[in-house]
Amino acid sequence: MIFWEKMMNLDRRWIYLCIAIVVIIPAIKTFKVPVATTPEVKKVYDFIEEMKPGEYFYLGIDYDPSNLAELDPMTYSILNQAFSKDLKIVIACLSQFGVGMAETRLAEVGGKYGKKSGIDYCFLGYRPYPAICILTMGVDFRVTFPLDYYGVSLDSLPIMQGIKNLMDVKGVVDITGGNIADFWITYGNGRFGYPVALGLTGVMSADYYQYLQSGQIFGLIPGIKGAAEYEKLSGFETSGLRSIPYQTLSHAVILLFIIISNIGYFATRRRMAK
Amino acid sequence: MTTIELIWYTVGVLLTLCVFSFLIKDNPFYKFAERLVAGVAAGYWTMLVFHTNFRDKVILTMQNGQWAYIIPILLGIGMWMRFSKKRSWISRYSIAFYIGISTGVSVPVYMYTAIFKQMSATIVPFDTVTSVLVIIGVLCSLFYFFFSKAHTGAFGMASRIGIYTLMVGFGAGFGLTVMGRVALLVQRVIYMKDYVLALIGS
Repeated sequence: MIFWEKMMNLDRRWIYLCIAIVVIIPAIKTFKVPVATTPEVKKVYDFIEEMKPGEYFYLGIDYDPSNLAELDPMTYSILNQAFSKDLKIVIACLSQFGVGMAETRLAEVGGKYGKKSGIDYCFLGYRPYPAICILTMGVDFRVTFPLDYYGVSLDSLPIMQGIKNLMDVKGVVDITGGNIADFWITYGNGRFGYPVALGLTGVMSADYYQYLQSGQIFGLIPGIKGAAEYEKLSGFETSGLRSIPYQTLSHAVILLFIIISNIGYFATRRRMAK
Repeated sequence: MTTIELIWYTVGVLLTLCVFSFLIKDNPFYKFAERLVAGVAAGYWTMLVFHTNFRDKVILTMQNGQWAYIIPILLGIGMWMRFSKKRSWISRYSIAFYIGISTGVSVPVYMYTAIFKQMSATIVPFDTVTSVLVIIGVLCSLFYFFFSKAHTGAFGMASRIGIYTLMVGFGAGFGLTVMGRVALLVQRVIYMKDYVLALIGS
């Protein structure tokens, strides 16, 4: 019984130490864990895969460095998949720190395929007030972004010839760690009826499955697991699939601690009752 | 990897260790890293907003003679009148305009997407075991939040099912939160592993 009481009052730093040890193990001895794909991730993959070369889609990169671990692998895979299929991408950031994330990935992945800004993709940059931005992009991209991120007029960009607003793109894929997802559902899908798919952090994902069921979003990439699934489907890997062995071991340890603490709780409660 | 890249990599690893040192206890290394992040973020955001918004929407529009922009500029200046004791009343017009527009635009569409569409999706299609479970779960969860009647008898049982349904939801949320938090740690571990490998390689 003393053991359970000790476990109930365990210093949290022991738990940190245990987690630290288990995440170091896969770093030393790597191993693979099978990843099963889910329909919600497959739908996003299929949406891009079924597009023909030269077709447009909108990619929202709306996350900051604190969400990089979960969301950046999604951006990497989607950009690789789209550029390898010669799709045209209109990219914008409705979250202020998304610009740095987008620029880094566009330079890396765009450079790999020899893609040029203004010809193969258009990076619009950042504007505040997501609701207003989505509503005005529904009218004309040039209202929200008269110039692209590099200061070039949208009218002079070859990629923007013959494309006026969001109605001219096949759909929207927004990768976000904040409430920009709500704005896309409310204004993008609710007001204009655009097909919207979301790439979200794990913390947010549970709140957005309801929109999947209602058809307000057509696909969902939830957290690092979703990113790993997308990497597996597309074949473009960064840290998504690489993270899964670490995740598996960490989750096993956390489950163990939950079981121990529950046994400890019931054991000490019975003793207190006596 | 170039020397410059390796130096930045080292800075990244050192700052990661500074942040992780908080797990033992609060210390000056952690405070340094925390304040560095806050400072860099504030500076970056201010300059970004200035160059991508204030310059485009205020300076350039006036230089190009787009005089229609004078209206939002005046409304913006009106917002700043909040700081003047004598002229703070001017800010009310800007705020009233902003709230009026926001409410008019958001309320109807929000009602449609967050309430009507969700209610519809709860009921239709009513053809599988899952859809029956969804309806039972939603109704029982609503019963749980009905406080004008004692939770006894059949009503108590329904509210009990409601709380179990909520617990399933919280459990799913907790599981995904754990996955998200572990992902942050794992990303840093992978970063540090790659750094060590780069160091050995160089």
